[in-house]
Amino acid sequence: MMLDPQLDADGNLIHLLSTEGLSRDQLTRLLDTGASFLGVSDRDVKKVPLLRGKSVFNLFFENSTRTRTTFEIAAKRLSADVINLNMSTSSTAKGETLLDTVDNLCAMHADMFVVRHESSGAPHLIVDHLRRTGRSDIHVINAGDGRHGHPTQGLLDMYTIRHYKGGFEGLKVALIGDILHSRVARSDIHALKTLGAESIRVVGPQTLIPTDIESLGVGVHRDLDSGLKDCDVVIALRLQRERMSGALLPSATEFHDRYGLTHERLKAAKPDAIVMHPGPMNRGVEIDSAVADSPRAVILPQVTFGIAMRMAVMSVLAGG
Amino acid sequence: MPDLKNLPDAEQQIAALAEQLRPVFDKAPDTVLIGVFTGGVWIAERLSQLLPAHPPVGSVDISFYRDDFSERGLRPNVQPTTVPVDIVGKPVILVDDVLYTGRTTRAALNELFDYGRPGSVQLAVLADRGERQLPIAADFCVWPVSLPSDASLVLVRNPFDDSEGKLTWSLDDA
Repeated sequence: MMLDPQLDADGNLIHLLSTEGLSRDQLTRLLDTGASFLGVSDRDVKKVPLLRGKSVFNLFFENSTRTRTTFEIAAKRLSADVINLNMSTSSTAKGETLLDTVDNLCAMHADMFVVRHESSGAPHLIVDHLRRTGRSDIHVINAGDGRHGHPTQGLLDMYTIRHYKGGFEGLKVALIGDILHSRVARSDIHALKTLGAESIRVVGPQTLIPTDIESLGVGVHRDLDSGLKDCDVVIALRLQRERMSGALLPSATEFHDRYGLTHERLKAAKPDAIVMHPGPMNRGVEIDSAVADSPRAVILPQVTFGIAMRMAVMSVLAGG
Repeated sequence: MPDLKNLPDAEQQIAALAEQLRPVFDKAPDTVLIGVFTGGVWIAERLSQLLPAHPPVGSVDISFYRDDFSERGLRPNVQPTTVPVDIVGKPVILVDDVLYTGRTTRAALNELFDYGRPGSVQLAVLADRGERQLPIAADFCVWPVSLPSDASLVLVRNPFDDSEGKLTWSLDDA
């Protein structure tokens, strides 16, 4: 039997690489744990001592201020020491390999790595390396790898949906826009399937939808109105223009005309549908300012829930 | 070892504890009750009903403050800690069902102080099993009881539909 790299021999979650392969029980436990951490941020002393004395290394091979900051806040609220390494300006730039970097940080007694990398599978490679070298007591969290996954974003999205919709049963969820480059979309889709959402649709131009996406059990819509029809949850994805090479899109304006979320277009969804976005937003491209600033947008609560969910992930991994 | 069939009536014990606490509230009516999940919260709610001052009730879940997190991990279903009033400078009575090693009380005190600096903290429990592992003692206690170390004494709340949530003791001698 192929061992799930996220689990130890007893089946405990010790790394978070992907929402794929997590059971409904594991997802629910993480969401429940997130709920109990939410209150910590409202207190006078916004800290609990769970990870006191532990060292969390943020290894960001690709920039992401928001994700790195929320991981840093989460670790600090658990009383861990946080070391931020901006790998694009460090020894990697001088030619050190990923695994040499990991070995060096292990020699500094790291307890947890939070890894963001432009290559799909980089966190998985680190987990394999740690296992081979007998250091499975060091935990790895995938903070976004290439087009593969961004599991803590997937979890915070699930938390947000559960918070506003009470559960997943019977829910219709649409993911809009640049599915091709979106690791958030993949993490969301796997988690939504496992948690029992009724219908998951991806909506976007043919050039921005991966050809094999139907195999994940989602419906593909080229037309925004049909994709939004009767939806409970609408997730706008960022148009990742920095990753686009060649003629994937005629222009951002045309994209907005066909797929941009406006109040008018959202009439196709349920009247109480919530609008989510993983950030950073391109206002006037994938989402209209009037929608982003409206009460149905839950984009800022997503950020708050993100800290609680990252605290939950770190403490569940560290606690075995 | 107490008789398994004839454990004392927990509701009567809570009434006795309320009598012990009455002078505290006569002297300092702004005293706050803080229960430790789960049994301590039930007792604190009962005490608040029984005491004429009807003091505010808070609750602490000590899961994030346990000293055995690295061995045992995080317990599922951590309850949110709620401290309904500003406890800075106020007298606080920490309420728990069973006092045993003292480790839960240590964790609860640490958590409480992250909400502010109370004027004083006293400890009220229904049962005191002795065998302390830390320098902690109850200020108010109804039932001193000696049990084998593998026995588990817990407070249980019966379903509301047929017993109005009556609290009873449950003893498991492992």
